[in-house]
Amino acid sequence: MSATMVALYVFVLACFIGYWVIWGVTPSLHTPLISLTNAISGIIIVGAILVAGFGHGGGPAKIIGFVAVTLASINIFGGFVVTQRMLAMFKKKK
Amino acid sequence: MQLTGNYLALAYLVSAILFILGLKGLTHPASARRGNYLAMSGMLVAIIATALDPAVRSYGFIIAGILLGSVIGTVIALKIRMTAMPQLVAALHSFVGLTAVLVAVGTYLTHSRTGNLNTVLMSELFVGTFIGAITFTGSLVAFGKLQGIITGKPLVFRGQHLLNLLIALVMFTSGVQFLLHNEFGALLVMIALALALGILLIVPIGGADMPVVVSMLNSYSGWAAAATGFTLHNNLLIITGALVGFSGAILSYIMSKAMNRSIASIILGGFGSGEGHADTGSSTAGAKGIKTAAVEDAVFLMTNASKVIIVPGYGMAVAQAQHALKELADILEHKGVTVHFAIHPVAGRMPGHMNVLLAEADVPYDHVFEMEEINPEFATADVALVVGANDVTNPAAKSDKSSPIYGMPILDVYKARQIFFIKRSMNPGYSGVENQLFYQDNCSLVFGDAKKVCEKLVVELKAS
Repeated sequence: MSATMVALYVFVLACFIGYWVIWGVTPSLHTPLISLTNAISGIIIVGAILVAGFGHGGGPAKIIGFVAVTLASINIFGGFVVTQRMLAMFKKKK
Repeated sequence: MQLTGNYLALAYLVSAILFILGLKGLTHPASARRGNYLAMSGMLVAIIATALDPAVRSYGFIIAGILLGSVIGTVIALKIRMTAMPQLVAALHSFVGLTAVLVAVGTYLTHSRTGNLNTVLMSELFVGTFIGAITFTGSLVAFGKLQGIITGKPLVFRGQHLLNLLIALVMFTSGVQFLLHNEFGALLVMIALALALGILLIVPIGGADMPVVVSMLNSYSGWAAAATGFTLHNNLLIITGALVGFSGAILSYIMSKAMNRSIASIILGGFGSGEGHADTGSSTAGAKGIKTAAVEDAVFLMTNASKVIIVPGYGMAVAQAQHALKELADILEHKGVTVHFAIHPVAGRMPGHMNVLLAEADVPYDHVFEMEEINPEFATADVALVVGANDVTNPAAKSDKSSPIYGMPILDVYKARQIFFIKRSMNPGYSGVENQLFYQDNCSLVFGDAKKVCEKLVVELKAS
């Protein structure tokens, strides 16, 4: 099985996990769900790090990598912090 | 220290599990905060593991980028008003899209230097860039519409869909050109066309359909991440991308269901372009046989009620009436009245938006109910108070087959013994349809700005 096939297996199975996990999310938390998925889609930083840290020295790839790392970090920090802020507001009756 | 092969893969597996458990935490508000922490630790593991990948040779740009991004992200997240959440989310989607494009271009540049390019990698790059580019500009347009920088009205012109189709065809042709001849120029042309397509796809969609657009772009950003995962042979990116992609897709489905419209008809756009009538105030109301009520009447009935259901809509958020509404609920409860809040799935500008706004105003989440839970309760409610909602309370959706909103699930407000409907003017809702509720004997309109009316209600309640 080629590497691409393995990746396809992982992808399809992950889709099923996504399907079941997301249907379980309570509708009242759909906004935090979107902001949390915002944060974790910042995982694309992995790709950005590989570009920014490739080899030594500068070059256009480095600059591109730097911008990508910055944008992904905004997603990660912005997403997690705003999710935390929202979830802290959800309180039961005292 | 360096992490190689299997250790790196193991670390990514741990991250993936933490992400899944994190999302699972959102099953209930009580476990949600722990879920967020789990997802955060998953991210930390992934970043540290990647930094220890032997392929990473220099750290200057990485550290600088993370520092800059963390400051910007944290400051924005702490300052953003809850009413502006849809805009923030749209902006963050656009960043994921742009990052996917940058990573694809960067990967192309680094791999062509090491001579590791092949057709499979290039086709994966192609998919990653076009999804990323469409997500990027599409989200920018959504951001502009939500922020009010560009008009929320749908922009429709003749031959729109044909133009999009043509652009898509040329885009794919240049993609194939890139694959066959390894032309960097063709890749750039393809990116430019995908960027244009992203704009053209979102401009025809109107403001009322924004909950679907936000969910859809959420989904796109996930698929963009997954495509990048295929390019880099990184299973963590693939898994996370699939989770996010499905999350957005499911939310789009729930939202379109709640509007009784197909996703296709929403994407094709044009809904809500009908201009509302410009009648204002109660002057025209009387002529149509619609009853109006004074704040005092509403206060009298609510204090003598045993159950009051409050139905907030986007108008409440626009008027910033949630805090006054919370005070109103508190006073009523103090007087022994049961107060519940009823939320329609598409209330607000994004899924769950109204819940967050009520939570911000300190309304306990166990007093807030979703449509299916609360609908049976309207029949036993003494008073229903509608604040800034309209179409989602229109009984024509059930009874009038000729109505454009026929078939849309609604909140059964019409079943309440008495309805008070706070309204700024006689303008119909986004759909341009007049609300049948107004002609019912048990419905009275209270004219005025939602916030001012709620504050007056509070003053009167305190006095009574």
